[in-house]
Amino acid sequence: MADRPTEVRITIDGAQHTVAAGKYLIEAAEETGTYIPRFCWHPRMKPVGMCRMCLVEIEGPRGRLLTTSCTTIVTEGMVVDTASDVVAKAQEGVLEFLLINHPLDCPVCDRGGECPLQDQTMSHGPGESRFVEAKRHFEKPIPISDLVLLDRERCILCARCTRFADEIAGDPLIEFKERGNVTQVLTFPDEPFASYFSGNTVQICPVGALTAKPYRFRARPWDLEAVESVSLVDTVHSKISIQASQNQAVRINAIDNDPTNHGWLSDKDRFIFDYLGSEERLTVPLIRHEGELVEATWGEAITLVAERLGAVPGDAVGAIGGANATNEEAYLWGKFLRTVVGTPHLDAQLGDGLAPELLVGVTPRGVIDDLERARTILLWAGDLKEELPVLYLRVRRAATILGATLIVVHPRRTGLHDVAAHTVTYRPGDGPDVLRKLMGAQGGLAAARAALDQGPVVAIVGRTGGAEDPRLAEAVAAFAAGLPEATILPLVRRSNVYGALDMGLSPRLLPGRVSLEDEEARTALEAAWGRPVPAGPGRDATGILQGLASGELDVLLLHGADPMRDHPDPKLAAAAFDTARLVVSFDQFVSDSSHLADVVFPVEGFAESEGTVTNLEGRVQKVNRLLNGPGQTRPSAAALDDLASAMGVDLGAGSTEAIGKELATVAPAYRGISWDLLDWGDGRRGVVVPTADGEQRLRHTPVDPGLIAGGERFALHLGRVLYDDGVRTRMSPALAGLRPEPFVALTSRDASSLACGPGDQVRVEGAYGSVVLPVVIDQTLAEGTVYVPANLEGTAGLGAPASVRITPARGEGDES
Amino acid sequence: MTDFPRILTGRMTDHPTDSHTMARYEATGGYKALRRGLGMDPADIVAIVKASSIRGRGGAGFPTGVKWGFLAQTTPRYLVINGDESEPGTFKDRQLLERDPHQLVEGVILSAYALRCSHAFIYIRGEYPKPARRVQHAVDDAYAKGYLGRDILGSGFDLEVTVHLGAGAYICGEETAMLNSLEGRRGEPRIKPPFPAVEGLYAKPTIVNNVETISNIPWMVLNGGDAYAAIGPQGSMGTRLFSLSGHVNRPGNYEIVMGMTWRQFIDDLGGGMRRGRALKTWIPGGASAPWFVPHEHLDLPVTIDDTGRAGSMLGSGAVVVMDETTNVVAAAHRVVKFFAHESCGQCTPCREGCDWLERILWRILNGHGRPVDLDMMLDVCDNISPGLRWPPAQTTICPLAPSAVSPIRSILTWFRPEVEAMIPGDRPADGRTYVEGALVG
Repeated sequence: MADRPTEVRITIDGAQHTVAAGKYLIEAAEETGTYIPRFCWHPRMKPVGMCRMCLVEIEGPRGRLLTTSCTTIVTEGMVVDTASDVVAKAQEGVLEFLLINHPLDCPVCDRGGECPLQDQTMSHGPGESRFVEAKRHFEKPIPISDLVLLDRERCILCARCTRFADEIAGDPLIEFKERGNVTQVLTFPDEPFASYFSGNTVQICPVGALTAKPYRFRARPWDLEAVESVSLVDTVHSKISIQASQNQAVRINAIDNDPTNHGWLSDKDRFIFDYLGSEERLTVPLIRHEGELVEATWGEAITLVAERLGAVPGDAVGAIGGANATNEEAYLWGKFLRTVVGTPHLDAQLGDGLAPELLVGVTPRGVIDDLERARTILLWAGDLKEELPVLYLRVRRAATILGATLIVVHPRRTGLHDVAAHTVTYRPGDGPDVLRKLMGAQGGLAAARAALDQGPVVAIVGRTGGAEDPRLAEAVAAFAAGLPEATILPLVRRSNVYGALDMGLSPRLLPGRVSLEDEEARTALEAAWGRPVPAGPGRDATGILQGLASGELDVLLLHGADPMRDHPDPKLAAAAFDTARLVVSFDQFVSDSSHLADVVFPVEGFAESEGTVTNLEGRVQKVNRLLNGPGQTRPSAAALDDLASAMGVDLGAGSTEAIGKELATVAPAYRGISWDLLDWGDGRRGVVVPTADGEQRLRHTPVDPGLIAGGERFALHLGRVLYDDGVRTRMSPALAGLRPEPFVALTSRDASSLACGPGDQVRVEGAYGSVVLPVVIDQTLAEGTVYVPANLEGTAGLGAPASVRITPARGEGDES
Repeated sequence: MTDFPRILTGRMTDHPTDSHTMARYEATGGYKALRRGLGMDPADIVAIVKASSIRGRGGAGFPTGVKWGFLAQTTPRYLVINGDESEPGTFKDRQLLERDPHQLVEGVILSAYALRCSHAFIYIRGEYPKPARRVQHAVDDAYAKGYLGRDILGSGFDLEVTVHLGAGAYICGEETAMLNSLEGRRGEPRIKPPFPAVEGLYAKPTIVNNVETISNIPWMVLNGGDAYAAIGPQGSMGTRLFSLSGHVNRPGNYEIVMGMTWRQFIDDLGGGMRRGRALKTWIPGGASAPWFVPHEHLDLPVTIDDTGRAGSMLGSGAVVVMDETTNVVAAAHRVVKFFAHESCGQCTPCREGCDWLERILWRILNGHGRPVDLDMMLDVCDNISPGLRWPPAQTTICPLAPSAVSPIRSILTWFRPEVEAMIPGDRPADGRTYVEGALVG
């Protein structure tokens, strides 16, 4: 292949520029400072040249020709006029055409004030209309999904929404109908635009044709206060703008961050904000009094907890949580636990994650952007569309637009099966066997194995479901590490859990990706903190619950954690709460766990606190404060500082930024990170740690899983769904109604062997509990696999056993 | 010129009852060209077509041999026959499809052989059920005879032919919209480049040719490209099928040698004006073409280039003749309404502009025209087809919207006083107009 030039010289409006080859003229012009107006062009989608707003004159062999700059790739010597009289008249003409049937109901339109049609009418429009006929009318607005409404009169038919749904989301549920002057965007009959990504169409709509139910008529754009932040719904940490009116969050929009979200969000990211203003939010401290939680003052609660904590030995205290906190809060939580309480028993995960060494110490650890260069992608993790929807978009883009070979290994059909080159479905307990066959290119896996010889390989590994042995992911990662030019993304999904682990909220880690067994590091930390740091060994979440249940531990401290709901063994959690002598919870809601606590502190959270967070790649980004927390809520760091003081220790917590500065000196992997770095310039895209200044001593040691397939008849696949019973989803009205009804899925053969059919109630029973659920047939499961969606009302009581028994439940109601 | 071979219509003229059957086709020399062609090198057939100088009969008049030369040489590549004849006034391909389908099928096989395609598609407009049945029969018969399928006549050449019916959209006659339609997508023209010869059906190199163009290929293979080029004047060689309609005594399809004057065309072929009325105007090449008028164009030769130089086109060969009783605003309105109805809706100037123009004309027709409307219409036309030049420039993806400009420009060029006379004189000075009972503007 001949060398292609990387740059070309073009002339725009008489000025010469050198621009990158292969760019569309509209982009190249914008980069050189000439903005060409546009409606249908979107930098993240293929051009269609439909709106005709970006017409410019380009000189060619047949003279100057009007050409759409969004469909023209720059070539050497191209001469372009973007402002000639011919261009200006054509653009005025297009705007006049767009406006003749537009309702001009700007005063009541959500888009008014931030509307590309308004703005470009101002800058490029004719100023008056010559249209005297009656305008086109459609019924308006019509709901096209539970979250999005469509006003076809405002629509200018740019196809941004339809292209997004098809090209980016892979949910081609909206399409043009009819033709000519009555062309309109519509859903298919009886099929709503039920996409996890529908809100993106509202944001990219260049007019007010698509509006989001949670925002409609709630504010005018010029009244909004906004801050740049990141979404903490999952661990992708998509960049967002949180927008509020009168201290009420009313909207979240995506910000295009090239390394992560590409301008997209899941509807959960976008519409979850309503929980912030929920009536159910905790607004005052609660203390258990005569069996009931009653309101108390901060002073009473702090004094009570300080006294009770001071009365037990440090290692009788276990602490779970911190994954929903910022890095600064997590750091201070860890420092408080280790130095003030004096316990090594702390864990940000709840027995539902992966080994911390794998999550923050695996090598070679990848970044999301590796997908842009990947030739082969091995995805052996949860269903990304349900668990990490924005990462799903990035993988889908790699497999469809960039042409990577995608291999999906999962117990049932996932959202990416359609675009995968190879799919492997297996019974959860058989994972090690499938891995051995893949490594040995045995059976039907030879082609997939051969594809993995084509690097660069990106391996995305995680637990396919809550019941799967976490060591399987470690074994998959160990295999993937040896593949050509491989990078690994180990996946868990809870909020800022990577940041919490980086801050040492693990029985095996110290802040900054250092092993607790690293004596030198622990000594250095003791010097920095000026207090002893317990050497451990510490207990993890399951160990803490076991210790409480057996009486070895006395006190449970919770930081935004709900083990009653999230721990795989709800029976164990219940026993632990039952025998614990003191349970203290820092929370935003009265969760299933804080409901059982002795003291509950109401704390601020997302959009209310400032700080840094770390995503699944180790990318540190800034989250910002827009709202005051409701009532008497306080930052957890301030509460901990007070608590430490009450216990006679100065925790040294100044401002949150001061905590950030301290952690950057104490946590080796975070050396060089500062708020200044993250607030300005390229740092706003986030900085992957360790930076050049930092260091990471932690290494994940591959383990031989030695797993055994489950002995029971049915292996359980406990897969996550996007809209589950998580407290924030439940408390966000826009999303709460989207939660699916719980069910148990079986293959038709397994169902008939149990003499049950679709809709029949069966009892699903495992080691930790049992639930009664209706049967759904799912032929994409491997025989002997039972799929239950995790954490829905009615499935949480099952816990996460590896295998289950199923019996008919005639006449039994819903119970657990 | 009366002495010339009836290349296209000879068989159906001589055997009006059974020209469409395999038996008659073979009895009258059919599939001889196929046998000869399969013995030739594919490049030799391309050379014949180039030598014939035939220009595409679908409308644009692009030299077929040159188009074939653009076909990228990767496999698979496809041949698509455009039988979506839907330009108002055009009904010539219908006759070829219905009355001599084997001639087309033989042409398809020869063309596919020349282009080394192994799959050809014949796209027929949905309103042509009978022609489509006949073509499907002919294709089935050709398979049965071994003229289609694997190893045709022992030549080692394989060809599959698929007959596909459109669903009633004019725009699917535009070649890239047709390819989208064949692929099962909305019939919307694609942005060019890439041209179909590089990236066409299923993104593979594709040649799209008109039914009439390809129906000439068997004759050329038997008689040579030079023999074809020897017929007719320079630039408009060969015979050509015209659809003549309107206010003439003998409307119909005529296979002629180009070069006669329009006066001869209307008087001799059409038998003169109906009821002896005076000729007012005519459309020389389908609804998209600007109109001609007697005092300017009657003695121009009927050739592709002379028509083009005079500001119009022979297009699809549809000649629509209008006499002195014609209300030109009503006629223009009907044409513009057609284009507004057939706009695919994809680009703004066409979707909004054609409909707007139609409604202005409707208003004028109904006595609600305003003096400002005429120049305003021209300016709206200019926003669709900048400069109102010929051949037209366009702000759109395809030439459909500029086609709607043609009749408006024509009536305002040749009949402006007549249009002005339809504007009521007693309009209020503010130019307000009543539409459907409501005061607007």
